[in-house]
Parts: sequence; C-alpha cells; structure tokens
Amino acid sequence: MFKKIALSLLVASIATPVLADGEVNVYSARKEQLIKPLFDKFTEATSIKVNLVTGKDDALLERLKLEGENTPADLLMTADAGRLYRAVEMELTQPVESATLKKDIPENLRDPANQWFGLTSRARPIFYVKDKVKPEELSTYEDLADPKWKGRICVRSSDNIYNQSMLGSMIAVNGAEKAQAWADGLVKNFARPPEGGDRDQIKAAAAGQCDIAISNTYYYGQMLTGEEAEDKAAAEKVAIFWPNQAEGDRGTHINISGAAVTKTAKNKDNAVKLMEFLVNDESQKWYAEANQEYPVKAGIAPSAMLKGWGEFKADSLNLSELGKHNAEAVKIMDKAGWK
Amino acid sequence: MALLTALPILAVFGYVFVPAPEVWQHLRETVLTDYLLNTLWLVLGVGFGVLLLGLPAAWLNSMCEFPGRRLFEWALLLPMAMPAYIIAYTYTGMLDFSGQVQTLLRELTGWGYGDYYFPNVRSLGGAITMLSLVLFPYVYLLARAAFLEQSICVLEVSRTLGSNQWQSFFRVALPLARPAIITGLSLALMETLADFGTVQYFGVSTFTTGIFRTWFGLGDHAAASQLAALLMGFVFVLILLERWSRSRARYHHTSSKYSRIPKFRLRGWTAVAAVLACALPLLLGFVIPVGQLLHWSIKVASKGLDSDFMNLVWHSLMLASLAAVFALLLALILGYGKRLNNDPLVNIASRIAAMGYAIPGTVIAIGVLIPFAWADTQLNHLSKQFFDSNAGLLLSGTLFTLLFAYNVRFLAVSLQTVEAGLGKIKPTLDNAGRSLGLSPLGVLQRLHLPLMKGSLLTAILLVFVDVLKELPATLILRPFNFNTLAVRAYELASDERLADAGLPSLMIVAAGIIPVILLSRSISRSRAGEH
Repeated sequence: MFKKIALSLLVASIATPVLADGEVNVYSARKEQLIKPLFDKFTEATSIKVNLVTGKDDALLERLKLEGENTPADLLMTADAGRLYRAVEMELTQPVESATLKKDIPENLRDPANQWFGLTSRARPIFYVKDKVKPEELSTYEDLADPKWKGRICVRSSDNIYNQSMLGSMIAVNGAEKAQAWADGLVKNFARPPEGGDRDQIKAAAAGQCDIAISNTYYYGQMLTGEEAEDKAAAEKVAIFWPNQAEGDRGTHINISGAAVTKTAKNKDNAVKLMEFLVNDESQKWYAEANQEYPVKAGIAPSAMLKGWGEFKADSLNLSELGKHNAEAVKIMDKAGWK
Repeated sequence: MALLTALPILAVFGYVFVPAPEVWQHLRETVLTDYLLNTLWLVLGVGFGVLLLGLPAAWLNSMCEFPGRRLFEWALLLPMAMPAYIIAYTYTGMLDFSGQVQTLLRELTGWGYGDYYFPNVRSLGGAITMLSLVLFPYVYLLARAAFLEQSICVLEVSRTLGSNQWQSFFRVALPLARPAIITGLSLALMETLADFGTVQYFGVSTFTTGIFRTWFGLGDHAAASQLAALLMGFVFVLILLERWSRSRARYHHTSSKYSRIPKFRLRGWTAVAAVLACALPLLLGFVIPVGQLLHWSIKVASKGLDSDFMNLVWHSLMLASLAAVFALLLALILGYGKRLNNDPLVNIASRIAAMGYAIPGTVIAIGVLIPFAWADTQLNHLSKQFFDSNAGLLLSGTLFTLLFAYNVRFLAVSLQTVEAGLGKIKPTLDNAGRSLGLSPLGVLQRLHLPLMKGSLLTAILLVFVDVLKELPATLILRPFNFNTLAVRAYELASDERLADAGLPSLMIVAAGIIPVILLSRSISRSRAGEH
C-alpha cells in the first residue's frame, strides 16, 4: 500500500512540471485574491492557461534562485519595487522589449533596463486624526522627526518592506547620515513600540493611542469600503495628508506592485502577453475598483474613492533606488532601535 | 535514511563557516541581545505555562472522577488544532487597544489612552500566553498516555506502603511518567523556538525573526545560518536535558499485570477546583477563539464556501495524512535501528534529523530546495547527454518535495513519541520473544505494536495536526495551483483581512478536531486490561 502511494506520488511529481504551449507559470508574492480574477479573464481572452504559486517575496526569490535554469517559472510578481530590484541583482530576470509596456507605464515605475515593470501603484502618506491635528501642522516626512510629535506617531515594525522602501527612498534623496538622524528622531516620537499591520496603525490612531499613522493608501481604502463596521468607523476618524508637496519638493512616497520575466522563461511570449494584459484599460480599472490601488497607466481614472482623496504629487524617484538602499535601510532601522 | 533526513539541515549549515564579520558586528551592536533575551524568556515562559496547564489536567483526567471529566478528557486536546498564529490574530482582534474589550471599557468609564492599565497582547507576555494555550496539549497528551499506561500495581504498592494520593503522585507516578512529560515539554519548546507567525505578529524579536531579517532583509546568508546555528545550540541543550533526565533512571514496568484504575472521586471544593483546572485552558485555548472565528466566518460566509474552498480542504487533509504515515514509518525504522544495534552514526544522524522540529519552516524549506534543486540540475545534465532533451524539474516544486520537508520538520514528533513508547518496554521482553523463535519483525508485530498502540496513534495524530497547521514550508515548496487551508488563512490575514481569514482558520480547526477525538478515545482504550 505504502509503496503504491509513494510510487504514484513519484509518477505524479514527474508529471507536474508543465511546459506545454499555451501556458504561463507565475510565481507571485501578490496574494491570490488580488490577481486570480484577472488571470481568469486573461485565460478567457487568449486561452493561455495560467499556473500560479503564491508566497512571500523573499522565499520565492530563493526558490527561483535554487531552481536555477530549470525553473518552471516564467513570470515573477511582487508587491514592492525593492524586491524586483533584488531579483535583478540576483540575475533571475531578463529584459523585455515591449512597445505596449513602454508606452503605458511611466518611466519611473519601470526598470531603466526593462528588467521589470510596475503594474499598479500605491502611496504611503500620513494619516492624521481629524479632531487632534490640523493639516497645516503637517508638512513633510522629514518633519515627523521633529520633537513636537513626541509620543504621537504610530507606524508598523521595521520588518515591513513598505517601511524599508520608504526609508530607502529617503536614503536615496537625503543620504544615509540624514536618514539615520531622521530614523532616530522618528523612533523617539513613537506613541508605542511598533506592532500590527498598516490597518492597525489607523485603528490605533482612531482609538486615541496616537495622532498620526503611516499607512498605504489601499489599506485605508479597503477599510472604508470593507464589511467591517469597526474598521470603517476607525478610517472615518482620520484623513489623508500628502507629504512633501511644496514647490520643488519631491512629492509623496509611492511604491508599486510589478512583474519581471524570469531569466530562463520557457514561455516568454506568454509571460509578456500576460504583463501587457495587466496594463490594458480593463485590468487597470479592475485594480482600481477591486483593491483601491492607483492605475499606472495614464488616462485611467482611479476609483471614485481615490479621486475623492484629491490629486497629489508623487515622488518621481526611479523605484530601483528603493532596492538599492534596502539593506542600508534595515541597518539604519536597527541602529535607531526601530523594532 | 536518517542521513537523508538530516541533509536539508546540513545544507543550510553549509554557510556556517563563511565569515560575515561586519554583519555580526552590526548584529552585536544592535539587536543580538534582544534576540537572545527574548528567546530565553519565551522558552522559559512557555515551558512553565505548558506544565502548569497540562500536568494537573492530565493527572486529574487519568486518576480522578469529577463532573464533566468525560468531556474534558478529549476536549482538552482541542487547542492543539488551533494554529498559534491564528489564536494570536483572534486575541489581538479582541484585546488590543482598538479591540472590542478595551473599547467597551473606555465607553463604560470614559477613560482615554493612558488613563488606565491594560496588559498589551502584542508583547512577550502575550506571545508566551498564546503559545502556552495551544501547546499545553502536548504535555497533557503524553503525560496522560503515560499515566494511563502505568501499571496500577506500582501505585497500589506505594499506597500500601503508607503514601497518600499526593505522595504516590509525586514519588511514583511523576517519576515514572517523566520521560513522557519531558518529551511533551521538549516538543512544545521546539515548536516555540520554530514559531515565526506569532512572534512576528506581536513584534517580539526572537532568533527566528532575526534569522529571517538577516537572511532576507540584510541579504546575508552566512550570518543568518550562523544565527540558526546558535538557535540549534538552544535546541541541543534541550535535547541533552531530555537525554540526561532519562539516562539517570530507566524505568520499565515491573509487572505487565494491569487492573482497572479505580478513579478517585472528587467532591465539594476539590471537584470545583478540578473542573476549573480543566475548564480554564479549554476556554481560553479553544472555546473563546473559536467563538471569535465563528463570528467572523458568519460575517463573510456568503462568499467563502464554494468548490474552490472544498478543494483546499481536500488538499490539506491529503497532505496531512500522507505526511503522518510517512513520518511514522520513518520513526519506526529509526527507533528500531537504535534499539537493535546502537550504531553511533545512525544515532547522530537521527538526532540531527530530529532537530528539524525546532527549525523554522522557512529554513527547512530552503534546506530541502538546495539538495533537491541540485539533484534536478544533475539529472537534467544527464538527460541532455543521453537524450538531448531537458526534463525540467523532476523533484523541486512537487508534492514529493513538500512531503519530504514535512518529514524533516516533524520527524522529531513521531520519533520521540515512538522512542518514549519503546523505552517503556523492557528489553528482556524482546529477548524472551526472540528466544521463542520470533524474528525482530515478529517481535515488533506481536509484542511491541500491541503495547505501543497508544504511542503510535499519538505519533500519527501529532504529525497530522501539525501538518494541517504548517505554513512556512508549505508556502515555499508547494506546486503550481495547489493551496491549503493554512495558506489561504495566512494570505487573507497578512492582507489584514482578519474577518475573511476566519473561515479557512475555522476549517483547519474543524479538520483537526475529528482525529483528535478519535485518538483520545483510542488512547483511553489502549490501556492494556481495559476494553
């Protein structure tokens, strides 16, 4: 009996890697529920089957690296530019020449050497409690290190890639020394040791634990549109402030979710087709509506809710910089005592 | 066999001798002390917690009769089905500053932030509490099996020699059950050391989170695997402690005559105390979190239950059953190898393999990928040479890899349980069996299996439930288009959609309950002499 099971498993395992035509194999650090509906539409439109494994970004990169030239994966998707940069560093990707992608995706949201492409974007602004903070008291990320905010700021742990990327962007602009001083100051202003996720920062602010929270826009959007009454009530107590908007300043920190074709992709054409499909009007609209993310493609209107938050100037830094400074950012956070 | 299982662990430690001085200096200057202290406190705290919750309950349920005992007997195993990271989500949802409990408190009293003291769930203490609540069944299960397998004659002798109930517990029953208790304790502590989900969610920096941060955040494999080696040091100490406690005294049953355990009837306040001692862990570790999950599931049930979801359930059950059978077979082979001929190489290899339980799943997964991917590459070179074709990956990214990883991770569970079971059987019995013309396999079949039935079932159940709950390795190694309940629960929870994560979490618990109940019954019945 046991031998039979083992044998059938072996046979099954040999039969699993599929390299037939009409397929594309995706390793995705984006959650299944955020991409699968679009994959289904893609299959409907092109009859190309999409095989999917989701997981944590770093773990997927590791798997890709170890599988080497025989990896079945054709496309890597992540929820952060820093990780795409890392994939390029690890020589796991290949450049893609696609007129569609070049035309539809703004230059700072894709790799200068065409190794990766941003598919959706999100901002990481400041959220303030409406009845405690006046928007005119707020100005820039840098200002959050000012002692006037002592004991008033909530932000999640430094383990989180969004925080690492945010600090990475500051290292790119202000240099490591200033970034360190900023992180030291910010940590002194924490209302509590970092805990929980992005939504939790907004909830804590609403509950009176802090006056300011740093969080990604789509979390706020999902809280407002979701089914959780408590989340909704919490989100309604805070408002968005877009930092660094002054004339000549760089703008609010943004990040992307994006994709790269693997170095040894067996289905490269299909992988490129899938990426192009994800930036077409319909897909970009779906992202905006279903997940409250900003479209990357010019001319696609964000959802009504995102429109309601107003226009803002986004940081035009090329997002490769986030990845370049990632390890440095982690060290700075360690030194600052940012848990 | 043992070497093969130890391979992934050795693969990760291949980096240990790569020097990484700058990173180490950085770690020493900043976070290393934190990692050390937090890990130490966590282990001590959970160790104390599981004994406090598990031992009294085990003794009461084996030896006494009090209201509700028949229910508690199996119900106390239920918290095992609750993954630690999920109990952490649920309690946080209830107890943190913006959760229901504190919000209600503020509404009733008009207090604001900072006006009152409320323990913070997301803290070291919180992590200790959560882990104790879901891990105490290990101690309970193994201790109870040991108490039940004890020959009542020993206890009766101690009573006739003038000991009272308490004395015979402390002087006779406890020492006799010690190997099993220590096994339960070390399983719980290894699970604690390997835990990533809970401590990360609570923002407690331990070795496990440190390994991740160093491997991925700082991109330094050498320093990370050196951290892992340090963690192994901790584990090694645990294992040595266990060995030492066993080697000081070897107990075998003096008699194989069993009689029914006359249950000691508790009345009045002692009965109340007994009920409390059993009800509290059950409430906190199972009833309350399940209630919260139910509440969340009902909110979103409309969109959660579909054929896709049934697929998840099937995948989870299939993986867990296969892995449990695999692990048991391997444990029997290793356990026997040791009993029949004490080969030091086999011993060391199986010790290393058994360490897998304390190693975070992610580390194991990478350790499995390294040799498997290498073997795949070699196979491809061969097939290129002979057939001029690329076979692609034959091993990595298949179910086989995943099962292999589970085996590395959970071998310790089945191995320790099997060894504890074997340890209780006098070697003279083997000799008697052999002299009566039985082959070694015959001894296993005719003598050991009936005597160890309880232990073997325990081993199967523990691995089954563990695999159901397992997340990190599954996440990394699973094949295309293959998800499990744990993966789904994690995806939703890490997307901060706790309410949506309620349904898959609840299903993990539900899938774990049935085998838990079946098993508890068979353990009760497995006492020789009771039918």
